[in-house]
Amino acid sequence: MARLTILEHREIAENMMWLAFSAPQDLRYTPGQFLHIRVTDGVDHLLRRPISLCYVQGEGGAKSQAIAVAYRVGGKGTELLRKKKVGEELDVLGPLGNGFTLHEGDRHALLVGGGIGVPPMVELAEQLTQQGTKVTSIIGFQSANVAILQEELSRYGEVLVATNDGSLGLQGFVTDYMTEELLATADRFYACGPTPMLRAVQAKMDGKVEGYLSLEERMGCGIGACMACVTSCRMDDGSVGYKKVCKDGPVFSAPKVVFA
Amino acid sequence: MTVRDVDMSVRIGPITMKNPVTTASGCFGFGKEFADFYDLSVLGSITVKATTIEPRLGNPTPRVAETPGGMLNAIGLQNPGVELVIAQELPHLRRYEIPVFVNVAGTTVEDYVDVTKRLMDSEDVDAVEVNISCPNVKCGGIQFGTDPLQAAQVTEAIKRVSRVPVIVKLSPNVTDIVAMAKAVEAAGADAISMINTLVGMSIDLNKRRPLIANGVGGLSGPAVKPVAVRMTYQVAQAVSIPIIGMGGIMTAEDAIEFIMAGATAVAVGTANFVNPLACPEIIEGIRQYCLDHGIASIRDLQGAAWKELA
Repeated sequence: MARLTILEHREIAENMMWLAFSAPQDLRYTPGQFLHIRVTDGVDHLLRRPISLCYVQGEGGAKSQAIAVAYRVGGKGTELLRKKKVGEELDVLGPLGNGFTLHEGDRHALLVGGGIGVPPMVELAEQLTQQGTKVTSIIGFQSANVAILQEELSRYGEVLVATNDGSLGLQGFVTDYMTEELLATADRFYACGPTPMLRAVQAKMDGKVEGYLSLEERMGCGIGACMACVTSCRMDDGSVGYKKVCKDGPVFSAPKVVFA
Repeated sequence: MTVRDVDMSVRIGPITMKNPVTTASGCFGFGKEFADFYDLSVLGSITVKATTIEPRLGNPTPRVAETPGGMLNAIGLQNPGVELVIAQELPHLRRYEIPVFVNVAGTTVEDYVDVTKRLMDSEDVDAVEVNISCPNVKCGGIQFGTDPLQAAQVTEAIKRVSRVPVIVKLSPNVTDIVAMAKAVEAAGADAISMINTLVGMSIDLNKRRPLIANGVGGLSGPAVKPVAVRMTYQVAQAVSIPIIGMGGIMTAEDAIEFIMAGATAVAVGTANFVNPLACPEIIEGIRQYCLDHGIASIRDLQGAAWKELA
Protein backbone atom coordinates (compact mmCIF):
# COMPACT_ATOMS: atom_id res chain seq x y z
CA MET A 1 0.00 0.00 0.00
CA ALA A 2 1.43 3.31 -1.00
CA ARG A 3 0.60 6.88 -1.80
CA LEU A 4 1.76 7.44 -5.34
CA THR A 5 2.01 10.68 -7.26
CA ILE A 6 0.03 11.09 -10.45
CA LEU A 7 2.35 11.79 -13.40
CA GLU A 8 -0.10 11.65 -16.32
CA HIS A 9 -3.88 11.65 -16.47
CA ARG A 10 -5.76 12.20 -19.70
CA GLU A 11 -8.67 10.98 -21.77
CA ILE A 12 -7.54 8.70 -24.60
CA ALA A 13 -11.00 7.90 -25.96
CA GLU A 14 -14.54 8.73 -24.91
CA ASN A 15 -14.66 8.15 -21.13
CA MET A 16 -11.48 6.09 -21.37
CA MET A 17 -8.70 7.46 -19.20
CA TRP A 18 -4.96 6.93 -19.16
CA LEU A 19 -3.47 7.27 -15.67
CA ALA A 20 0.22 7.01 -14.85
CA PHE A 21 1.73 7.39 -11.40
CA SER A 22 5.07 7.05 -9.69
CA ALA A 23 6.09 3.43 -9.18
CA PRO A 24 6.05 2.10 -5.61
CA GLN A 25 9.40 1.10 -4.14
CA ASP A 26 10.65 -2.34 -5.06
CA LEU A 27 7.82 -2.88 -7.47
CA ARG A 28 7.24 -6.52 -8.37
CA TYR A 29 4.59 -7.33 -10.92
CA THR A 30 3.44 -9.60 -13.67
CA PRO A 31 1.22 -8.49 -16.55
CA GLY A 32 -2.42 -9.22 -15.78
CA GLN A 33 -2.16 -8.18 -12.14
CA PHE A 34 -4.29 -5.29 -10.91
CA LEU A 35 -3.96 -2.23 -8.73
CA HIS A 36 -6.57 -1.58 -6.08
CA ILE A 37 -7.11 2.17 -6.06
CA ARG A 38 -9.04 4.43 -3.69
CA VAL A 39 -10.93 7.09 -5.60
CA THR A 40 -11.27 9.37 -2.57
CA ASP A 41 -9.87 9.60 0.94
CA GLY A 42 -13.33 10.18 2.41
CA VAL A 43 -15.90 7.52 3.25
CA ASP A 44 -18.40 8.33 0.46
CA HIS A 45 -16.85 5.84 -1.93
CA LEU A 46 -15.38 3.38 0.46
CA LEU A 47 -14.27 0.49 -1.69
CA ARG A 48 -11.20 0.45 -3.85
CA ARG A 49 -11.45 0.05 -7.63
CA PRO A 50 -9.52 -2.83 -9.19
CA ILE A 51 -7.80 -1.59 -12.36
CA SER A 52 -5.49 -3.71 -14.49
CA LEU A 53 -1.86 -2.81 -14.73
CA CYS A 54 -1.29 -1.63 -18.30
CA TYR A 55 2.33 -0.66 -18.63
CA VAL A 56 5.41 -0.23 -16.46
CA GLN A 57 8.06 2.21 -17.53
CA GLY A 58 11.55 1.10 -16.50
CA GLU A 59 12.90 -2.31 -15.71
CA GLY A 60 11.03 -3.30 -12.58
CA GLY A 61 12.18 -3.20 -8.96
CA ALA A 62 13.94 -0.02 -7.96
CA LYS A 63 14.49 0.83 -11.62
CA SER A 64 10.78 1.30 -12.37
CA GLN A 65 9.86 4.89 -12.98
CA ALA A 66 6.16 4.85 -13.62
CA ILE A 67 3.22 2.54 -13.66
CA ALA A 68 0.24 3.13 -15.93
CA VAL A 69 -3.34 1.93 -16.05
CA ALA A 70 -6.27 2.68 -18.32
CA TYR A 71 -9.82 2.74 -17.00
CA ARG A 72 -13.32 3.48 -18.14
CA VAL A 73 -15.39 6.13 -16.39
CA GLY A 74 -18.56 4.20 -15.72
CA GLY A 75 -19.94 5.45 -12.44
CA LYS A 76 -19.65 7.96 -9.63
CA GLY A 77 -16.47 6.38 -8.24
CA THR A 78 -14.51 6.47 -11.48
CA GLU A 79 -15.97 9.94 -12.14
CA LEU A 80 -14.24 11.07 -8.92
CA LEU A 81 -11.03 9.37 -9.99
CA ARG A 82 -11.16 11.22 -13.32
CA LYS A 83 -11.02 14.53 -11.43
CA LYS A 84 -7.64 13.73 -9.86
CA LYS A 85 -4.92 15.96 -11.25
CA VAL A 86 -1.27 15.47 -12.09
CA GLY A 87 0.76 15.98 -8.92
CA GLU A 88 -1.99 14.71 -6.60
CA GLU A 89 -1.47 11.49 -4.68
CA LEU A 90 -3.39 8.26 -5.00
CA ASP A 91 -3.79 5.53 -2.37
CA VAL A 92 -2.81 2.37 -4.25
CA LEU A 93 -2.70 -1.22 -3.04
CA GLY A 94 -0.88 -3.76 -5.14
CA PRO A 95 -0.10 -4.99 -7.72
CA LEU A 96 -2.42 -7.79 -6.55
CA GLY A 97 -3.59 -11.15 -7.84
CA ASN A 98 -2.18 -13.74 -10.18
CA GLY A 99 -1.19 -12.39 -13.56
CA PHE A 100 -0.47 -14.08 -16.87
CA THR A 101 2.04 -16.92 -17.01
CA LEU A 102 4.67 -16.48 -19.70
CA HIS A 103 6.08 -19.60 -21.29
CA GLU A 104 9.63 -19.46 -22.56
CA GLY A 105 9.93 -21.11 -25.92
CA ASP A 106 6.53 -19.96 -27.18
CA ARG A 107 7.04 -18.69 -30.72
CA HIS A 108 3.72 -16.98 -31.26
CA ALA A 109 1.05 -15.74 -28.84
CA LEU A 110 -2.38 -14.29 -29.53
CA LEU A 111 -3.36 -11.41 -27.27
CA VAL A 112 -7.12 -10.96 -27.21
CA GLY A 113 -8.63 -7.89 -25.58
CA GLY A 114 -12.16 -6.53 -25.49
CA GLY A 115 -12.90 -2.93 -24.47
CA ILE A 116 -11.47 -2.17 -21.05
CA GLY A 117 -9.88 -5.64 -21.17
CA VAL A 118 -7.28 -4.36 -23.66
CA PRO A 119 -4.94 -2.51 -21.23
CA PRO A 120 -3.23 -5.54 -19.61
CA MET A 121 -2.21 -6.71 -23.09
CA VAL A 122 0.32 -3.87 -23.42
CA GLU A 123 2.66 -4.96 -20.61
CA LEU A 124 2.09 -8.58 -21.63
CA ALA A 125 3.12 -7.77 -25.22
CA GLU A 126 6.19 -5.98 -23.88
CA GLN A 127 7.32 -8.97 -21.83
CA LEU A 128 6.48 -11.58 -24.48
CA THR A 129 8.42 -9.62 -27.07
CA GLN A 130 11.39 -9.37 -24.70
CA GLN A 131 11.53 -13.15 -24.34
CA GLY A 132 11.34 -13.57 -28.10
CA THR A 133 7.70 -14.54 -28.53
CA LYS A 134 5.99 -12.99 -31.53
CA VAL A 135 2.66 -11.39 -30.60
CA THR A 136 -0.49 -10.75 -32.59
CA SER A 137 -3.09 -8.59 -30.85
CA ILE A 138 -6.76 -9.01 -31.61
CA ILE A 139 -8.75 -6.25 -29.97
CA GLY A 140 -12.44 -5.41 -30.06
CA PHE A 141 -14.55 -2.38 -29.12
CA GLN A 142 -18.14 -1.20 -29.32
CA SER A 143 -17.09 1.46 -31.79
CA ALA A 144 -14.18 3.67 -32.87
CA ASN A 145 -14.84 6.39 -30.28
CA VAL A 146 -13.95 4.05 -27.40
CA ALA A 147 -11.02 2.28 -29.10
CA ILE A 148 -7.80 2.45 -27.08
CA LEU A 149 -4.15 1.40 -27.14
CA GLN A 150 -4.10 0.26 -30.78
CA GLU A 151 -0.97 2.32 -31.40
CA GLU A 152 0.81 1.09 -28.26
CA LEU A 153 0.14 -2.54 -29.17
CA SER A 154 1.28 -2.02 -32.75
CA ARG A 155 4.81 -1.45 -31.41
CA TYR A 156 4.96 -5.17 -30.62
CA GLY A 157 3.34 -6.79 -33.62
CA GLU A 158 0.31 -6.95 -35.83
CA VAL A 159 -2.93 -5.54 -34.38
CA LEU A 160 -6.29 -6.75 -35.67
CA VAL A 161 -9.23 -4.56 -34.69
CA ALA A 162 -12.93 -5.37 -34.65
CA THR A 163 -15.82 -3.09 -33.72
CA ASN A 164 -19.45 -3.98 -33.20
CA ASP A 165 -20.59 -1.19 -35.52
CA GLY A 166 -17.78 -1.41 -38.06
CA SER A 167 -16.57 2.14 -37.37
CA LEU A 168 -13.02 0.83 -36.98
CA GLY A 169 -11.49 -2.31 -38.46
CA LEU A 170 -13.63 -5.32 -39.12
CA GLN A 171 -17.33 -5.17 -38.26
CA GLY A 172 -17.91 -8.02 -35.87
CA PHE A 173 -16.15 -9.71 -32.99
CA VAL A 174 -12.59 -10.63 -32.08
CA THR A 175 -13.45 -14.28 -32.68
CA ASP A 176 -14.12 -13.47 -36.37
CA TYR A 177 -10.36 -13.13 -36.80
CA MET A 178 -9.67 -16.52 -35.28
CA THR A 179 -9.38 -18.60 -38.41
CA GLU A 180 -8.09 -22.16 -38.34
CA GLU A 181 -4.97 -20.91 -40.15
CA LEU A 182 -4.23 -18.29 -37.52
CA LEU A 183 -4.88 -20.64 -34.61
CA ALA A 184 -2.56 -23.22 -36.18
CA THR A 185 0.34 -20.74 -35.89
CA ALA A 186 -0.28 -19.92 -32.20
CA ASP A 187 1.35 -21.59 -29.20
CA ARG A 188 -0.66 -19.68 -26.62
CA PHE A 189 -3.47 -17.19 -26.18
CA TYR A 190 -4.14 -14.60 -23.51
CA ALA A 191 -7.59 -12.97 -23.24
CA CYS A 192 -9.20 -10.25 -21.14
CA GLY A 193 -12.57 -8.65 -21.76
CA PRO A 194 -16.29 -8.90 -21.12
CA THR A 195 -17.72 -12.29 -20.17
CA PRO A 196 -19.50 -12.96 -23.51
CA MET A 197 -16.20 -12.41 -25.32
CA LEU A 198 -14.27 -14.64 -22.93
CA ARG A 199 -16.87 -17.38 -23.29
CA ALA A 200 -16.64 -17.18 -27.09
CA VAL A 201 -12.83 -17.18 -27.02
CA GLN A 202 -12.75 -20.14 -24.65
CA ALA A 203 -15.02 -22.10 -27.01
CA LYS A 204 -13.01 -21.13 -30.09
CA MET A 205 -9.67 -22.11 -28.56
CA ASP A 206 -10.89 -25.30 -26.88
CA GLY A 207 -8.66 -28.20 -27.85
CA LYS A 208 -6.69 -26.04 -30.30
CA VAL A 209 -4.65 -23.47 -28.40
CA GLU A 210 -3.81 -23.40 -24.72
CA GLY A 211 -4.23 -20.13 -22.93
CA TYR A 212 -5.46 -17.92 -20.16
CA LEU A 213 -8.56 -15.86 -19.38
CA SER A 214 -8.50 -12.79 -17.16
CA LEU A 215 -11.83 -12.33 -15.39
CA GLU A 216 -13.59 -9.36 -13.89
CA GLU A 217 -15.90 -9.41 -10.88
CA ARG A 218 -17.19 -6.88 -8.39
CA MET A 219 -14.58 -6.91 -5.62
CA GLY A 220 -14.43 -5.99 -1.98
CA CYS A 221 -11.03 -6.28 -0.36
CA GLY A 222 -8.96 -7.40 -3.37
CA ILE A 223 -6.75 -9.61 -1.19
CA GLY A 224 -8.88 -12.73 -0.83
CA ALA A 225 -10.48 -12.12 2.55
CA CYS A 226 -14.05 -11.01 1.88
CA MET A 227 -15.14 -13.72 -0.60
CA ALA A 228 -17.10 -11.22 -2.70
CA CYS A 229 -15.53 -11.86 -6.11
CA VAL A 230 -15.89 -15.60 -6.53
CA THR A 231 -16.23 -17.32 -9.90
CA SER A 232 -17.07 -20.91 -10.84
CA CYS A 233 -14.03 -22.97 -11.69
CA ARG A 234 -13.15 -26.59 -12.41
CA MET A 235 -11.13 -27.80 -9.42
CA ASP A 236 -8.18 -30.21 -9.55
CA ASP A 237 -10.45 -33.09 -8.53
CA GLY A 238 -12.86 -32.35 -11.40
CA SER A 239 -15.62 -30.85 -9.28
CA VAL A 240 -16.90 -27.32 -9.83
CA GLY A 241 -16.36 -24.83 -7.03
CA TYR A 242 -15.65 -21.19 -6.40
CA LYS A 243 -12.29 -19.49 -6.84
CA LYS A 244 -11.55 -15.93 -5.81
CA VAL A 245 -11.02 -13.63 -8.79
CA CYS A 246 -8.86 -11.23 -6.74
CA LYS A 247 -6.49 -13.77 -5.22
CA ASP A 248 -6.67 -17.00 -7.26
CA GLY A 249 -7.13 -14.88 -10.41
CA PRO A 250 -7.85 -12.58 -12.09
CA VAL A 251 -6.03 -14.79 -14.61
CA PHE A 252 -7.09 -18.42 -14.83
CA SER A 253 -6.06 -21.25 -17.11
CA ALA A 254 -8.81 -21.12 -19.76
CA PRO A 255 -10.23 -24.66 -19.43
CA LYS A 256 -10.63 -24.18 -15.65
CA VAL A 257 -13.17 -21.38 -16.02
CA VAL A 258 -16.81 -22.51 -15.92
CA PHE A 259 -19.16 -19.90 -17.36
CA ALA A 260 -22.73 -19.85 -16.08
CA MET B 1 -1.90 14.45 34.15
CA THR B 2 0.99 12.77 32.39
CA VAL B 3 0.75 9.14 31.47
CA ARG B 4 3.84 7.26 30.38
CA ASP B 5 2.21 4.05 29.32
CA VAL B 6 -1.35 2.94 28.73
CA ASP B 7 -2.87 -0.28 30.04
CA MET B 8 -4.70 -1.40 26.92
CA SER B 9 -5.81 -4.78 28.24
CA VAL B 10 -9.45 -5.78 28.60
CA ARG B 11 -11.24 -8.92 29.69
CA ILE B 12 -13.96 -10.79 27.87
CA GLY B 13 -15.12 -13.20 30.57
CA PRO B 14 -12.02 -15.18 31.55
CA ILE B 15 -10.12 -14.16 28.40
CA THR B 16 -7.60 -11.35 28.55
CA MET B 17 -7.07 -9.35 25.38
CA LYS B 18 -3.88 -7.29 25.46
CA ASN B 19 -5.71 -4.51 23.67
CA PRO B 20 -9.42 -4.00 22.94
CA VAL B 21 -9.30 -4.61 19.18
CA THR B 22 -10.49 -7.78 17.47
CA THR B 23 -11.58 -8.41 13.88
CA ALA B 24 -15.21 -8.63 12.85
CA SER B 25 -16.16 -12.09 11.66
CA GLY B 26 -16.43 -12.30 7.88
CA CYS B 27 -14.15 -9.32 7.38
CA PHE B 28 -10.85 -11.02 8.05
CA GLY B 29 -11.19 -14.46 6.47
CA PHE B 30 -9.07 -16.79 8.59
CA GLY B 31 -6.33 -14.22 8.92
CA LYS B 32 -3.92 -15.54 6.29
CA GLU B 33 -4.47 -12.71 3.81
CA PHE B 34 -3.71 -10.05 6.41
CA ALA B 35 -0.63 -11.85 7.68
CA ASP B 36 0.97 -10.75 4.39
CA PHE B 37 0.58 -7.14 5.58
CA TYR B 38 1.45 -7.25 9.28
CA ASP B 39 2.22 -9.44 12.27
CA LEU B 40 -1.19 -10.56 13.57
CA SER B 41 0.17 -10.88 17.09
CA VAL B 42 -0.46 -7.12 17.54
CA LEU B 43 -4.22 -7.82 17.62
CA GLY B 44 -6.18 -8.07 20.85
CA SER B 45 -7.78 -11.19 19.39
CA ILE B 46 -8.82 -12.56 16.03
CA THR B 47 -12.40 -13.44 15.16
CA VAL B 48 -12.55 -15.66 12.09
CA LYS B 49 -15.18 -16.24 9.44
CA ALA B 50 -18.41 -18.06 10.24
CA THR B 51 -18.16 -21.81 10.27
CA THR B 52 -20.97 -24.24 9.54
CA ILE B 53 -21.19 -28.00 9.96
CA GLU B 54 -21.07 -28.67 6.20
CA PRO B 55 -19.08 -26.71 3.61
CA ARG B 56 -21.09 -23.86 2.10
CA LEU B 57 -20.61 -22.39 -1.37
CA GLY B 58 -22.40 -19.18 -0.50
CA ASN B 59 -24.52 -16.95 -2.71
CA PRO B 60 -24.22 -16.16 -6.43
CA THR B 61 -22.46 -12.95 -7.52
CA PRO B 62 -22.62 -9.96 -7.40
CA ARG B 63 -22.17 -10.34 -3.67
CA VAL B 64 -21.20 -6.77 -2.78
CA ALA B 65 -22.32 -3.29 -3.68
CA GLU B 66 -20.92 0.03 -2.60
CA THR B 67 -23.42 2.35 -0.95
CA PRO B 68 -23.06 5.87 0.48
CA GLY B 69 -20.62 5.57 3.37
CA GLY B 70 -20.70 1.83 3.33
CA MET B 71 -21.34 -1.40 1.48
CA LEU B 72 -23.89 -4.14 1.14
CA ASN B 73 -22.75 -7.74 1.17
CA ALA B 74 -24.45 -11.06 0.72
CA ILE B 75 -21.65 -13.60 0.77
CA GLY B 76 -23.89 -16.28 2.23
CA LEU B 77 -21.56 -17.83 4.80
CA GLN B 78 -19.18 -19.36 2.26
CA ASN B 79 -16.83 -21.56 4.29
CA PRO B 80 -15.15 -24.95 3.95
CA GLY B 81 -17.10 -26.53 6.83
CA VAL B 82 -16.02 -27.12 10.42
CA GLU B 83 -13.77 -30.13 9.68
CA LEU B 84 -11.55 -28.25 7.25
CA VAL B 85 -11.63 -25.13 9.40
CA ILE B 86 -10.24 -27.14 12.33
CA ALA B 87 -7.70 -28.99 10.19
CA GLN B 88 -6.49 -26.26 7.88
CA GLU B 89 -7.53 -22.78 8.98
CA LEU B 90 -7.16 -22.57 12.76
CA PRO B 91 -3.80 -24.22 13.56
CA HIS B 92 -1.71 -21.52 11.84
CA LEU B 93 -3.26 -18.85 14.08
CA ARG B 94 -1.71 -20.31 17.25
CA ARG B 95 1.71 -18.89 16.43
CA TYR B 96 0.42 -15.35 17.03
CA GLU B 97 -0.38 -16.14 20.67
CA ILE B 98 -3.63 -14.17 20.65
CA PRO B 99 -7.09 -15.45 21.57
CA VAL B 100 -8.96 -16.98 18.62
CA PHE B 101 -12.73 -16.49 18.47
CA VAL B 102 -14.56 -18.79 16.08
CA ASN B 103 -17.89 -17.65 14.69
CA VAL B 104 -20.48 -20.44 14.56
CA ALA B 105 -23.49 -20.47 12.23
CA GLY B 106 -26.30 -22.87 11.47
CA THR B 107 -29.94 -23.31 10.59
CA THR B 108 -31.13 -25.33 13.55
CA VAL B 109 -30.19 -25.51 17.23
CA GLU B 110 -28.66 -28.92 16.45
CA ASP B 111 -26.40 -27.35 13.79
CA TYR B 112 -25.02 -24.84 16.27
CA VAL B 113 -24.52 -27.51 18.89
CA ASP B 114 -22.81 -29.88 16.43
CA VAL B 115 -20.38 -27.23 15.20
CA THR B 116 -19.59 -26.17 18.76
CA LYS B 117 -19.06 -29.77 19.91
CA ARG B 118 -16.72 -30.39 17.01
CA LEU B 119 -14.80 -27.18 17.77
CA MET B 120 -14.33 -28.34 21.36
CA ASP B 121 -12.06 -31.12 19.99
CA SER B 122 -9.70 -28.40 18.80
CA GLU B 123 -7.12 -26.76 21.03
CA ASP B 124 -7.17 -23.73 18.76
CA VAL B 125 -10.48 -22.20 19.85
CA ASP B 126 -10.55 -19.76 22.76
CA ALA B 127 -14.17 -18.64 22.42
CA VAL B 128 -17.11 -19.26 20.16
CA GLU B 129 -19.11 -16.39 18.76
CA VAL B 130 -22.66 -17.45 18.00
CA ASN B 131 -23.90 -15.97 14.75
CA ILE B 132 -27.63 -15.60 15.26
CA SER B 133 -27.75 -12.64 12.97
CA CYS B 134 -26.61 -13.38 9.42
CA PRO B 135 -29.15 -11.68 7.18
CA ASN B 136 -27.97 -13.35 3.97
CA VAL B 137 -28.95 -16.95 4.30
CA LYS B 138 -32.47 -18.37 4.39
CA CYS B 139 -32.89 -19.70 7.89
CA GLY B 140 -29.28 -18.64 8.44
CA GLY B 141 -29.84 -18.24 12.09
CA ILE B 142 -31.55 -14.90 11.78
CA GLN B 143 -34.75 -16.31 13.29
CA PHE B 144 -32.73 -16.94 16.46
CA GLY B 145 -31.59 -13.37 16.31
CA THR B 146 -34.99 -11.75 16.23
CA ASP B 147 -36.88 -13.71 18.86
CA PRO B 148 -35.60 -13.44 22.47
CA LEU B 149 -36.95 -16.87 23.35
CA GLN B 150 -35.20 -18.66 20.47
CA ALA B 151 -32.03 -16.63 21.09
CA ALA B 152 -32.04 -17.86 24.68
CA GLN B 153 -32.65 -21.45 23.60
CA VAL B 154 -29.73 -21.58 21.20
CA THR B 155 -27.46 -19.82 23.72
CA GLU B 156 -28.35 -22.32 26.45
CA ALA B 157 -27.81 -25.27 24.12
CA ILE B 158 -24.36 -24.03 23.10
CA LYS B 159 -23.40 -23.20 26.68
CA ARG B 160 -24.12 -26.80 27.63
CA VAL B 161 -21.53 -28.16 25.17
CA SER B 162 -18.93 -25.40 25.18
CA ARG B 163 -15.94 -25.40 27.52
CA VAL B 164 -14.87 -21.98 26.22
CA PRO B 165 -16.66 -18.65 26.66
CA VAL B 166 -19.72 -18.10 24.47
CA ILE B 167 -20.15 -14.74 22.80
CA VAL B 168 -23.53 -14.09 21.18
CA LYS B 169 -23.57 -11.79 18.15
CA LEU B 170 -26.74 -9.74 18.00
CA SER B 171 -28.68 -8.51 15.00
CA PRO B 172 -29.70 -4.85 14.80
CA ASN B 173 -32.75 -5.83 12.76
CA VAL B 174 -35.02 -6.04 15.79
CA THR B 175 -37.52 -3.81 17.55
CA ASP B 176 -35.87 -4.06 20.95
CA ILE B 177 -32.21 -5.02 21.07
CA VAL B 178 -32.13 -4.64 24.85
CA ALA B 179 -34.65 -7.47 25.17
CA MET B 180 -32.43 -9.66 22.96
CA ALA B 181 -29.35 -8.83 25.02
CA LYS B 182 -31.07 -9.54 28.33
CA ALA B 183 -32.40 -12.85 26.99
CA VAL B 184 -28.97 -14.15 25.96
CA GLU B 185 -27.38 -12.89 29.18
CA ALA B 186 -30.00 -14.77 31.23
CA ALA B 187 -29.32 -17.85 29.09
CA GLY B 188 -25.66 -17.79 30.13
CA ALA B 189 -23.86 -15.86 27.39
CA ASP B 190 -20.41 -14.76 28.54
CA ALA B 191 -20.34 -11.73 26.25
CA ILE B 192 -22.26 -10.01 23.50
CA SER B 193 -20.93 -8.78 20.20
CA MET B 194 -22.95 -6.18 18.38
CA ILE B 195 -23.98 -5.25 15.82
CA ASN B 196 -24.20 -7.50 12.79
CA THR B 197 -25.19 -5.80 9.52
CA LEU B 198 -28.44 -3.97 8.85
CA VAL B 199 -30.58 -5.52 6.13
CA GLY B 200 -30.51 -3.30 3.06
CA MET B 201 -30.96 -3.20 -0.69
CA SER B 202 -29.63 -1.31 -3.67
CA ILE B 203 -31.30 -1.32 -7.10
CA ASP B 204 -29.55 -1.32 -10.48
CA LEU B 205 -31.44 1.30 -12.52
CA ASN B 206 -30.45 -0.23 -15.86
CA LYS B 207 -31.48 -3.76 -15.01
CA ARG B 208 -34.36 -2.68 -12.76
CA ARG B 209 -33.35 -5.40 -10.35
CA PRO B 210 -31.58 -5.49 -6.98
CA LEU B 211 -27.88 -4.98 -7.53
CA ILE B 212 -26.92 -7.88 -5.29
CA ALA B 213 -27.84 -11.30 -6.67
CA ASN B 214 -29.31 -12.31 -3.33
CA GLY B 215 -31.64 -9.28 -3.44
CA VAL B 216 -31.03 -8.10 0.10
CA GLY B 217 -27.64 -7.72 1.70
CA GLY B 218 -26.11 -6.62 4.97
CA LEU B 219 -25.19 -2.96 5.26
CA SER B 220 -21.90 -2.17 6.97
CA GLY B 221 -19.37 0.64 7.13
CA PRO B 222 -19.47 4.17 8.54
CA ALA B 223 -23.13 4.55 7.51
CA VAL B 224 -24.25 2.17 10.28
CA LYS B 225 -22.01 3.50 13.05
CA PRO B 226 -24.51 5.82 14.77
CA VAL B 227 -27.03 2.96 14.96
CA ALA B 228 -24.40 0.64 16.41
CA VAL B 229 -23.20 3.20 18.94
CA ARG B 230 -26.77 3.90 20.07
CA MET B 231 -27.50 0.19 20.52
CA THR B 232 -24.24 -0.37 22.39
CA TYR B 233 -25.08 2.57 24.67
CA GLN B 234 -28.51 1.08 25.45
CA VAL B 235 -27.42 -2.52 25.91
CA ALA B 236 -24.34 -1.68 28.00
CA GLN B 237 -26.59 -0.09 30.62
CA ALA B 238 -28.96 -3.05 30.68
CA VAL B 239 -26.58 -6.02 30.96
CA SER B 240 -23.51 -6.77 33.06
CA ILE B 241 -21.64 -9.01 30.59
CA PRO B 242 -18.97 -7.40 28.38
CA ILE B 243 -19.81 -6.10 24.93
CA ILE B 244 -17.63 -6.27 21.84
CA GLY B 245 -18.86 -3.20 19.94
CA MET B 246 -18.73 -2.95 16.16
CA GLY B 247 -20.32 -1.27 13.17
CA GLY B 248 -18.43 1.09 10.88
CA ILE B 249 -15.26 1.52 12.90
CA MET B 250 -12.69 3.09 10.58
CA THR B 251 -10.50 5.02 13.02
CA ALA B 252 -9.30 4.99 16.63
CA GLU B 253 -11.79 7.77 17.39
CA ASP B 254 -14.63 5.54 16.16
CA ALA B 255 -13.39 2.73 18.42
CA ILE B 256 -13.24 5.06 21.43
CA GLU B 257 -16.80 6.17 20.72
CA PHE B 258 -17.95 2.55 21.11
CA ILE B 259 -15.94 2.15 24.32
CA MET B 260 -17.44 5.33 25.76
CA ALA B 261 -20.87 3.97 24.78
CA GLY B 262 -20.12 0.97 26.98
CA ALA B 263 -18.23 -1.56 24.87
CA THR B 264 -15.36 -3.38 26.56
CA ALA B 265 -13.72 -4.33 23.27
CA VAL B 266 -14.30 -3.40 19.66
CA ALA B 267 -14.23 -5.22 16.33
CA VAL B 268 -13.03 -3.78 13.05
CA GLY B 269 -14.86 -5.05 9.98
CA THR B 270 -15.36 -3.26 6.68
CA ALA B 271 -12.32 -1.04 7.31
CA ASN B 272 -10.11 -4.10 6.69
CA PHE B 273 -11.37 -4.23 3.10
CA VAL B 274 -10.40 -0.61 2.47
CA ASN B 275 -7.15 -0.58 4.40
CA PRO B 276 -5.50 -3.91 5.23
CA LEU B 277 -3.56 -2.12 7.99
CA ALA B 278 -6.73 -0.75 9.63
CA CYS B 279 -6.46 -2.85 12.82
CA PRO B 280 -2.85 -2.03 13.77
CA GLU B 281 -3.45 1.63 12.92
CA ILE B 282 -6.54 1.73 15.14
CA ILE B 283 -4.74 -0.01 18.02
CA GLU B 284 -1.90 2.50 17.83
CA GLY B 285 -4.42 5.34 17.53
CA ILE B 286 -6.24 4.27 20.69
CA ARG B 287 -2.96 4.13 22.60
CA GLN B 288 -2.02 7.58 21.35
CA TYR B 289 -5.44 8.97 22.27
CA CYS B 290 -5.03 7.70 25.82
CA LEU B 291 -1.52 9.15 26.07
CA ASP B 292 -2.70 12.50 24.74
CA HIS B 293 -5.62 12.59 27.19
CA GLY B 294 -3.83 11.29 30.28
CA ILE B 295 -5.80 8.06 30.42
CA ALA B 296 -3.87 5.31 32.22
CA SER B 297 -6.17 2.43 31.31
CA ILE B 298 -8.50 2.01 28.37
CA ARG B 299 -10.95 0.50 30.85
CA ASP B 300 -11.35 3.95 32.39
CA LEU B 301 -13.20 5.04 29.27
CA GLN B 302 -15.62 2.14 29.20
CA GLY B 303 -19.16 3.52 29.48
CA ALA B 304 -17.84 7.05 30.03
CA ALA B 305 -20.75 8.43 28.03
CA TRP B 306 -23.25 7.38 30.69
CA LYS B 307 -21.34 6.43 33.85
CA GLU B 308 -21.40 9.00 36.61
CA LEU B 309 -18.17 10.84 37.11
CA ALA B 310 -16.19 9.33 39.97
